[in-house]
Amino acid sequence: MPLVELEHIEKWYGQNHVLKGVTLGVERGAVVSLIGRSGSGKSTLLRCINGLETFDSGRVVVDGEALDPQKTDLRRFRQHVGMVFQQFNLFPHLTVGRNIMLAPTVVKKQSAREAEEIAREMLGRVGLSDKFDAYPEQLSGGQQQRVAIARSLAMQPSVLLCDEITSALDPELVGEVLKVLERLAADGMTLILVTHEMRFARDVGSKLVFMHLGRVWEEGDPKELMAHPRTPELAQFIGAVAA
Amino acid sequence: MPEFTLWDITRNLLLAARWTVLLSLIAFAGGAIVGLLVTLARVSKFKALRLLMRGYIELFQGTPLLMQLFLAFFGLSLIGIEVSPWVAASLALTLWSSAFLAEIWRGCVEAIPKGQSEASASLGLSWLEAMRYVILPQALRIAIPPTVGFSVQVVKGTALASIIGFVELTKAGTMLNNATFQPFTVFSLVALMYFALCYPLSLYAHSLEAKLHAARRT
Repeated sequence: MPLVELEHIEKWYGQNHVLKGVTLGVERGAVVSLIGRSGSGKSTLLRCINGLETFDSGRVVVDGEALDPQKTDLRRFRQHVGMVFQQFNLFPHLTVGRNIMLAPTVVKKQSAREAEEIAREMLGRVGLSDKFDAYPEQLSGGQQQRVAIARSLAMQPSVLLCDEITSALDPELVGEVLKVLERLAADGMTLILVTHEMRFARDVGSKLVFMHLGRVWEEGDPKELMAHPRTPELAQFIGAVAA
Repeated sequence: MPEFTLWDITRNLLLAARWTVLLSLIAFAGGAIVGLLVTLARVSKFKALRLLMRGYIELFQGTPLLMQLFLAFFGLSLIGIEVSPWVAASLALTLWSSAFLAEIWRGCVEAIPKGQSEASASLGLSWLEAMRYVILPQALRIAIPPTVGFSVQVVKGTALASIIGFVELTKAGTMLNNATFQPFTVFSLVALMYFALCYPLSLYAHSLEAKLHAARRT
């Protein structure tokens, strides 16, 4: 059974039909890249998976638990689903360590010592063990994004959603963040990414999903799809990204 | 008729100034507590509650403080609740300052980028937890200068309580003027005392602002 199941997700923004019945399954340990032009609905779809966006009809199931934005205990649901943002969204008034410890202590009621142990472990995983007491603004963008990843991991989610997490970074900092993702993927973490990093999608991704006009236009093996797009829209998109 | 020396006038005004200070503290503390609740309701996800609080704020911002004092004092006694000038002044000033503080603080809360609450929500924090641990601590930083600045308005606002017979600085000044017929001396001293109360608050607001900026590590 897939870890994440999206069934016929429909969403309207007023008159604007942004998601037109999206169905998608993500297996445990998969690395799924959502690509497509801006406005294709890929970010909206991602945000539906943890309830940051509501949807009008359809079903989202993560780890066997269905999400109904009106009724579900979102708080509990979101503990299965980590999310990392384009703008990092670290808490600027807290140190790196406190950023990571906040949710485990508040939401999971871990003791400070327990949370600190996990925070240090997660910082180690993203290669920033020495930054525990630093404030976010003392870090580079790439480091901040790695802290944001560590912060999500500390809640031990089943799946990590990444919303264009390298798009706000200077080009020379993109690599360090992708390397962290690659290592997570190798460790078996399930990742769903909205991304423009085609090389990462091809080399690390296990599935590529091309979204167009609010639909899953094409999906399949990344290498296969990139080499032989079946639709002119994907061919055109790949051409535009490569250019 | 007894002669009033300058010291007599000053001494009496200083004694009355105690009540100005006390009333200011009550109004500010009460206003802060009520104002925080109004702020939270004003930025909550319940539309009806937000509208209600907006009405509350508009009501107190859109009517003169003097009318609010009259209503609290005469209005309440009309419906059979006998209130002392103390209670009436404390009540009216608390509600009045809560409305202004709530509006100041709403702006500060809304100035915190949306990504902060989205990140909090994604980590499983409830709305109230996100407010408490993430949004309000950051909003506080930017709220302090305008809040302390508003406390100056509260101090000056207490002068209106003199109208309902509350003997504070202004009322004492009026009474002393009636007894001494030295309006220039008396009201100059009154003004000076208000200034002595308010100016340190302004200075404090500025220094807090500077300190908070310095505390932001670069």
